[in-house]
Amino acid sequence: MTITEKILARASGKQKLSPGDVMFATVDRVMLHDVSGPGVIKVFSEWEKKRGLKLTQIWDPDRVWVTEDHFVPSVDRISAENITNLSNFTKQYGINKHFKYGLGQYGICHTLSHEEGMVLPGEVYVGGDSHTNTTGAIGAFAAGLGHTDIAYVLMNGRIWFKVPETMLFKINGIKPDHIMAKDIILKIIGDIGTDGANYKAMQFAGSITKDLPMEERLTLTNMTTEAGAKNGIIEPDETTYAYLRERTDAKYSPVHGDPDAHYSEVFTYEIEKLEPTVAKPFSPGNISAARELQGTELDKAYIGSCTGAKLEDLRAAAEILKDRKVKIRTEVLPAAQSIYMKALKEGLINIFMQAGAVVGPPTCGACCGAHMGVLGKDEVCISTTNRNFPGRMGHVESKTYLASPIVVAASAVTGRITDPRDVRN
Amino acid sequence: MLRGRVHKYDSDNIDTDVIIPGPYLKIHDHKELAKHAMEGIDPSFPGKVSQGDFLVAGNNFGCGSSREHAPIALSQTGIKAILAQSFARIFYRNAVDGGYLLPIEIEKSTVKKISDGDKLEIDIANNKITNITKNEHYFMKPFPELIAKIVEAGGLINYKADY
Repeated sequence: MTITEKILARASGKQKLSPGDVMFATVDRVMLHDVSGPGVIKVFSEWEKKRGLKLTQIWDPDRVWVTEDHFVPSVDRISAENITNLSNFTKQYGINKHFKYGLGQYGICHTLSHEEGMVLPGEVYVGGDSHTNTTGAIGAFAAGLGHTDIAYVLMNGRIWFKVPETMLFKINGIKPDHIMAKDIILKIIGDIGTDGANYKAMQFAGSITKDLPMEERLTLTNMTTEAGAKNGIIEPDETTYAYLRERTDAKYSPVHGDPDAHYSEVFTYEIEKLEPTVAKPFSPGNISAARELQGTELDKAYIGSCTGAKLEDLRAAAEILKDRKVKIRTEVLPAAQSIYMKALKEGLINIFMQAGAVVGPPTCGACCGAHMGVLGKDEVCISTTNRNFPGRMGHVESKTYLASPIVVAASAVTGRITDPRDVRN
Repeated sequence: MLRGRVHKYDSDNIDTDVIIPGPYLKIHDHKELAKHAMEGIDPSFPGKVSQGDFLVAGNNFGCGSSREHAPIALSQTGIKAILAQSFARIFYRNAVDGGYLLPIEIEKSTVKKISDGDKLEIDIANNKITNITKNEHYFMKPFPELIAKIVEAGGLINYKADY
């Protein structure tokens, strides 16, 4: 069995599972945020109204955490009241891990999941957000669900899954310094398409995956969602364990795939052959080499989100922006308060501000076109985020190009889509 | 037996950002969400739909976010089923587990044969679709066993799971 199959087998008390089997799995961790949380509360109120089902307690408050990330700082009265409702809910049901905007550590849900070491290897983790896949880089089964399913988990501690087939992506070679994990995953999505992994698991392996630091691995799994995958996963190793040791002393029992595990497809990439890659409007699968697009005029560069504002992302962008000036509006929003503080300590925030960029608080805001820098009609943006559907970051006639932090930083310097090699002298 | 008129959007990858754009995610009132259904592709959509109508689209319908606002908004306009070549996984399970609407998979050739405005009759029990306007018959892909049971129960909360 693959790692995904083995985790699901363990969670459903089965000796063996095969792709296509449907089972109810016991859940280890659950996440809700300020969009899915109020959605879940609404589901409970509908169940009570229509079915007389009153929620007296939730299955295990210690396995649940809540973040405020999409509409913080509050955009208007509705979003402020959503936060109030969420706070009342966590208080009522004894959920102590509620990361509040403006009250110590907080940030984007997926970033907190790993930054706080809240999901452990071998676990089943579900979240009320499609990019929950991100945390699979820890060696867990991590998948996004909607409000009804999360409400069901909060009541029962279980949810149904169809065991996915696993596609294996082996990435080998010696990593050039103009290539980041974002280039790898954009290339893969370009190759297999935005539904190329629908209902499937995407597992990453190979010498490069082993060499990548944890945060770069998380970029790979984060964007498996853009290929339609049920989950993205990487087998845990010493890099994983060292990352977790710095964050938690919780015990866990990792799971590894069997040597004779069956993969539905195996893809091999030689990293030296990759180019700095950009996904053009309006699909993460619509890729080109950055150099093929050079000269494309931009209005804005955005360095933010769970995909592209982790500490490694900020370090990479700062390496380009150091002693340079940005030519277009550039916004940097670290993905969590703790990352913001580390960036401050390392002098990265100073580099961004000296370059002329604005640095903002952690939020999903502009990535999902909600607030804090949405795009107007005809505006063109290059972004470290994960989606560029029509209207994703603002007006339906705005355009977003997706790229790695170093491509975005290099493009900020020139005001046009730029390969980082072309600004590094 | 379901009967209704077709609203056809002949494209692949109709994503959740066009089904219900990001700024509306803060809204949780179902009727309010319906006013913005499909706003990113056709702002006039909610006004066109009658109770029980169908939406027909191509591949990978509902890709993108996990927002349950998407099937809620569509169902609240009156849409009873979506007929598409394939669905993104979270949209599919949200539609079924929430009991909002039926995600029905049909062949690419069937998508082509159905036109905007056609009247359809869908026989879920026998996996048959009749195009009354064109006097044609199509097959729908049967629901997998668990999905059929959850559909029959009217949502996951009503389904008695045997763990």
